[in-house]
Amino acid sequence: MRKVLLARFGEVHLKGQNRPYFMRVLVDNVKKMVAPIGGHVWLSDSRIYVSDFEDMDECVSLVTKVFGIYSVSPALEMEKDLDRIAEETVRWMDGVTGTFKVMCKRSDKRFPLNSQELAVELGGRILDAHPELRVDVHHPQTEMWVEIRDHAYLYNTEIMAVGGMPMGTSGKAGLLLSGGIDSPVAGYQIMRRGVNIQAIHFASPPYTSERAQEKVLSLARIIGKYEYGMRVHIVPFTKIQMEIHEKCEEGMGTLIMRRFMMRIADRIAHDNGLQALITGESLGQVASQTMEALGCTDIMTDLPVFRPLIGLDKLEIIHIAEKIDTYETSILPYEDCCTVFTPRHPVTKPKLANVEKEERRLDVDALVEEAVANVKTVLVKD
Amino acid sequence: MQAYLDNSATTRPTDGVIDAMARAMREDFYNPSSLYAPAMIPEKQMNLCRDKIRKALHAVDARVIFTSGGTEANNLALFGSIGAMRPPYRAAVSAVEHPSVLEASQRLEEMGCEVFRIPVNEAGELDYDALASFLQGGASLVSCMQVNNETGAKTDVARLSKLVRALAPDARLHVDGVQGFLREEIDFRLIDMYTLSGHKIHAPKGVGALVVRKNLRLKSTHVGGGQEEMYRSGTENTPGIAGLSEAIDEMRKRTDRHETLMSRKLRLVEKMREAVPGLLINGPKPEDGAAHIVNFSFPGVRGEVMLHALEEAGVYASTGSACSSKKRHVSTVLTAMGIPADRAEWALRFSLCPYTTEEEIDYAAKVAGEKYEILKKFQRR
Repeated sequence: MRKVLLARFGEVHLKGQNRPYFMRVLVDNVKKMVAPIGGHVWLSDSRIYVSDFEDMDECVSLVTKVFGIYSVSPALEMEKDLDRIAEETVRWMDGVTGTFKVMCKRSDKRFPLNSQELAVELGGRILDAHPELRVDVHHPQTEMWVEIRDHAYLYNTEIMAVGGMPMGTSGKAGLLLSGGIDSPVAGYQIMRRGVNIQAIHFASPPYTSERAQEKVLSLARIIGKYEYGMRVHIVPFTKIQMEIHEKCEEGMGTLIMRRFMMRIADRIAHDNGLQALITGESLGQVASQTMEALGCTDIMTDLPVFRPLIGLDKLEIIHIAEKIDTYETSILPYEDCCTVFTPRHPVTKPKLANVEKEERRLDVDALVEEAVANVKTVLVKD
Repeated sequence: MQAYLDNSATTRPTDGVIDAMARAMREDFYNPSSLYAPAMIPEKQMNLCRDKIRKALHAVDARVIFTSGGTEANNLALFGSIGAMRPPYRAAVSAVEHPSVLEASQRLEEMGCEVFRIPVNEAGELDYDALASFLQGGASLVSCMQVNNETGAKTDVARLSKLVRALAPDARLHVDGVQGFLREEIDFRLIDMYTLSGHKIHAPKGVGALVVRKNLRLKSTHVGGGQEEMYRSGTENTPGIAGLSEAIDEMRKRTDRHETLMSRKLRLVEKMREAVPGLLINGPKPEDGAAHIVNFSFPGVRGEVMLHALEEAGVYASTGSACSSKKRHVSTVLTAMGIPADRAEWALRFSLCPYTTEEEIDYAAKVAGEKYEILKKFQRR
């Protein structure tokens, strides 16, 4: 008899011929995640099992963060012996009051009782031991599951996990990570679909500080744990911002800056084999996130630009940020490069021709070239 | 080259201080409450340090309660006093106090104490008339800082004391001397309680004291083993106190420290004025303020940006009080002094110590001039 964590997977079930590939990646990802606690991981009978660890709570916390896992249950693994199973089931009901229900699933058809018979038998023995309890098959207060597979498994809770697709099965993308609330959430949403992410951050010292950069690295560390460490490309951006400020019309400053970010991100993506870019933009949230403005920034890259937050309200975004533990870090008050030279009256409905005309005042290619040449890349990992 | 000009945030412990602390940990590590003979060594050292503090303050028979630092000492002065006194509770604190007094006074307010925040003028001087009219109604406690941590403005303790004693003889007068101790003169006989902190005078962090007039009752804020004559329970920080003791000796040995600080500060002001056209000084006139603190505004450049630009060249200064570097707002001190918001946003504090050299001063001014030249072109329009 030993404790195991039983993990169910979600969408991978829907895969056809690719399924073995997805399963292999998923099991590998669970292995990587539990490696620090020394867990043993195996796949059997459409479930992933983890055993040989000390602390169940820690194991649950790790495995529920693996993309592709739908839910987990801390379980007791034991021999398929009816009396032993009944004894444990009765013990698990100690201290329980009110109504209950036993649910059984028998995939090993050699076991003498079928699912229904086993449930009735165990329910009867529980009632013998705890006559104050009552059975309610429709709305029980306590549920008890018993599964008969290669072993018998007992559990009474199901804890929801992150879901999504196994990390690494959907390619690689670059996330424009600012340090605000939105961009880490955008990254998380796409990672959840199995995408490996590298972050691209624009730093403008002395307008932004070491602390601001440290905050971005902390955010990368928080969401990076879903992919076992994240690469962050830090782009020196001060000179570009100063040139824009000096030479271009004030109202277009932010938009021109965003176009530079896209150009540079596009270059970094191509240099690193990234197949898409991700931003935290939400339609209409600020002047540079209107449809017209997004149109002006999108054409700077031939890669698909994913904006998973485009239809979300700020409060919905904050809600996810709290769930994934980035909110507290995001709200630390260090200035990021986007807010340094915010124009008083930014253009909200820019015309592409006008923007391009303004940009002709700058030596765009040389500025991009210089920034790309001085990118610093760090790997953040717990 | 480096120029550390943020000595009001904290100072570098001297080698002598570090040695004294190492000895306290390596050899005299005993718990001063223990009964065997070796435990008397740290106890004697603590008492020696108390004497040094009394001497430095002209406080012959005052009680010296060691604390974890300035914040705890200020908390003990305010909560401990109100806790030991009878209602009605009325307290006055200046509007430019450190958060450890301002926030504590807000807590007192929630506990039913009437709190008056004494306004200050643009030079940081107390509005004595406003205070006088508050004191007419009686008072339990008055707390003002000896030297303002952001501007270097000094409180005229003699004048304050005279006013309080005349109008509210029952009130206790507390002076927060965290930025003043051993850098500006004070006569403890004029007041009832005085706060000092070690790490502002080259002792380590984590040690400070509240000096209390003899026979003044306080209600302790820490309870437990009854150390510090029941006023502050918790095993004494003997290594910290050993460091503080040595730091006091070293400071007092430098009898010219005030003149040195003042001449360095005036040099900084002069050089900075030459290097930065349009430079503004917040608070008192440089020769009137504390000898080691000056607050400049660099027109059109936010203090934080200037700070990071200086940092690139190894010059370290501070926007407002270091305790607020994790909160983003315009300095409450400068706002209370009536300084306009944009000018307050451009503010940067420079603070010296007796070890600050003329080379450091000249270098800082030179760097500031160069950085300002570039940054002023890029102000927000």
